[in-house]
Amino acid sequence: MMAKILEIENLKREFIVGDETVRALQGISFSVHSGEFITIMGSSGSGKTTLLNIIGCLDTPTSGTYLLDNVNIRQLNRNALAELRNKKIGFVFQSYNLLPRTTAIENVELPLFYDRNISSKVRKEKAFEALKAVNLENRAFHSPSQLSGGQQQRVAIARALVNEPVLILADEATGNLDTRTSYEIMALMQELNKRGRTIIFVTHEPDIATFSQRTILLRDGKIQSDQVNCNMQSALELIAGLPKADKI
Amino acid sequence: MNILSLIMIALKALKKNKMRTFLTMLGIIIGVAAVITVMAIGEGSKESIKSNLSGMGSNMINVMPVMNEPGSVRMLGSNMQTIRQEDVEAIKKLNSPNIKGISPVVSANGQAINGVNNWPTNIIGVSTDYLEIRRLNLKDGIIFSDADIKSFAKVCLLGNTVVKNLFPDGENPVGKTIRFNRIPFQVIGILASKGQSSFGQDQDDIILAPYSTVQKRITATHYLQSIYASATSEATSDAATEEIKNAMRESHHLSATEDDDFDVRTQTELLTTINSTSSLLTILLTIVAGISLLIGGIGIMNIMYVSVTERTKEIGLRMSIGAKGKDILLQFLTEAIIISIGGGIIGVVLGVTASKVIALILGWPVLISEISIVLSFLVCGLTGIFFGYYPAQKASRLDPIEALRYE
Repeated sequence: MMAKILEIENLKREFIVGDETVRALQGISFSVHSGEFITIMGSSGSGKTTLLNIIGCLDTPTSGTYLLDNVNIRQLNRNALAELRNKKIGFVFQSYNLLPRTTAIENVELPLFYDRNISSKVRKEKAFEALKAVNLENRAFHSPSQLSGGQQQRVAIARALVNEPVLILADEATGNLDTRTSYEIMALMQELNKRGRTIIFVTHEPDIATFSQRTILLRDGKIQSDQVNCNMQSALELIAGLPKADKI
Repeated sequence: MNILSLIMIALKALKKNKMRTFLTMLGIIIGVAAVITVMAIGEGSKESIKSNLSGMGSNMINVMPVMNEPGSVRMLGSNMQTIRQEDVEAIKKLNSPNIKGISPVVSANGQAINGVNNWPTNIIGVSTDYLEIRRLNLKDGIIFSDADIKSFAKVCLLGNTVVKNLFPDGENPVGKTIRFNRIPFQVIGILASKGQSSFGQDQDDIILAPYSTVQKRITATHYLQSIYASATSEATSDAATEEIKNAMRESHHLSATEDDDFDVRTQTELLTTINSTSSLLTILLTIVAGISLLIGGIGIMNIMYVSVTERTKEIGLRMSIGAKGKDILLQFLTEAIIISIGGGIIGVVLGVTASKVIALILGWPVLISEISIVLSFLVCGLTGIFFGYYPAQKASRLDPIEALRYE
């Protein structure tokens, strides 16, 4: 068995809105091993986003334990959380969140700016390596406006890879993309997973979930099911089966 | 995050909004340029008054009569008959190492005549020390001697304006005889031109003659209008003044309870008065210029707030990939400081250029002091930090989740 990199035990998160207490997460427990590819599914209001924020160290739980790479994040302050995000987590967002009018490679470099121990030379090298890993090395000096949606998302994935995180966290990363491009992104995710990356992919699209090894279904702040995906599909094969994109 | 990459990131961000950056800088540019120019003009005029005054005479001390009896008929100080040649002798007898020269002064208005040309002017009776005290130089001829003073010789030195009006054809007046109030005087020398004093007085419109001659032939009095003396240096000026005062009191037989019946003034006093007036003006103008710098600073603050709001999503992203509050704070602070220091540099260049242009075109005396430049930079840096801090702090305290969701 591979090492546990994420351990969640009876996790609760409550928000106080006015006089009411909203229980977004009501005792969630699961763990993730290194090298796993997990999708977290659930309709809106199921607590998906809250869970994602906590896993991503953007938020801390009200109670329960969350160990990320054996670090309990419950007691950490803002700065320590920021450092943890910088070192251990790579975010991929639905709306890419690339800096406009900034080249692809500069966008990829961004997380390394916040690591004092990395020189500008190493930073450039690593950023280029990450772009290579998403097959965009020939677009390094294009700005986001010169790239397609899929390419922009690949730049964002390169940015998530560049700091060699223990966990890649994708939030509806295919939500803004058409089917074909979505599959391409999933193929890339599968490839990264094969190379040993641990991925947690939050989505509400059931077909996306079929590309992962395991699916956690959330409902009303609780885990409804946590199943290993028996017939995992290969995104590459699916793309081959799709009708060819119209050439202009 | 090191300083270099902070600056690089800030420059990149500012480059994306070139016009906005420039307009924000403009407030600072105008403020700094105004401060530098105003200070340059102020310092320049101060300096020129100073050199003008010291050109009037070196460490000059002036003894003038004053009224000391409240009930008596009031008269012009120069008409009062309290200072006499004996006072001059009394001061001379001190042999003070602080006093370099001393000269009695007695003057009269009148008409100078040479043939068909005439000119209303002043004849000033003095001793030979007067030329050195007032820093007058001879252009031609010689100065009258002590023997001329003793013998009431009717000789004189002419100032440039008098020469021009009495000898309009350009002939050399030395050796010629002119008349002043019908008394003939032989011209033995011509004074080098001194031009206008800083108070607009024509310093060349004078005739100098031995004081004894003027007293005997023209004013017909034994009294002097004033005494001019000079201290050996600025440092000894106060000591010399004190010595002259004491000698005068003794010579006038004043008891300890009586007030002085004369007034001793030094050039330093005059200088201080003028300096304080022009300093006040400079300070006022600098404050006005400083206010424009303050408004420039508020402009920076305003634009930084806009920038923070506009880039909330970017801030959220940076935080989510590991930027700490401090990193965000420094990023925005660096931008503010670059705007203010950049504006400062352009402002200094503009201010220095404006000062030079003013000096060149208007001919005003201008003095650009290093202090004003250093001060401007310092103020700019502080403006950037002060007005950039609050927006930067606002940015650094954003909640990454909220910021990421911001549209």
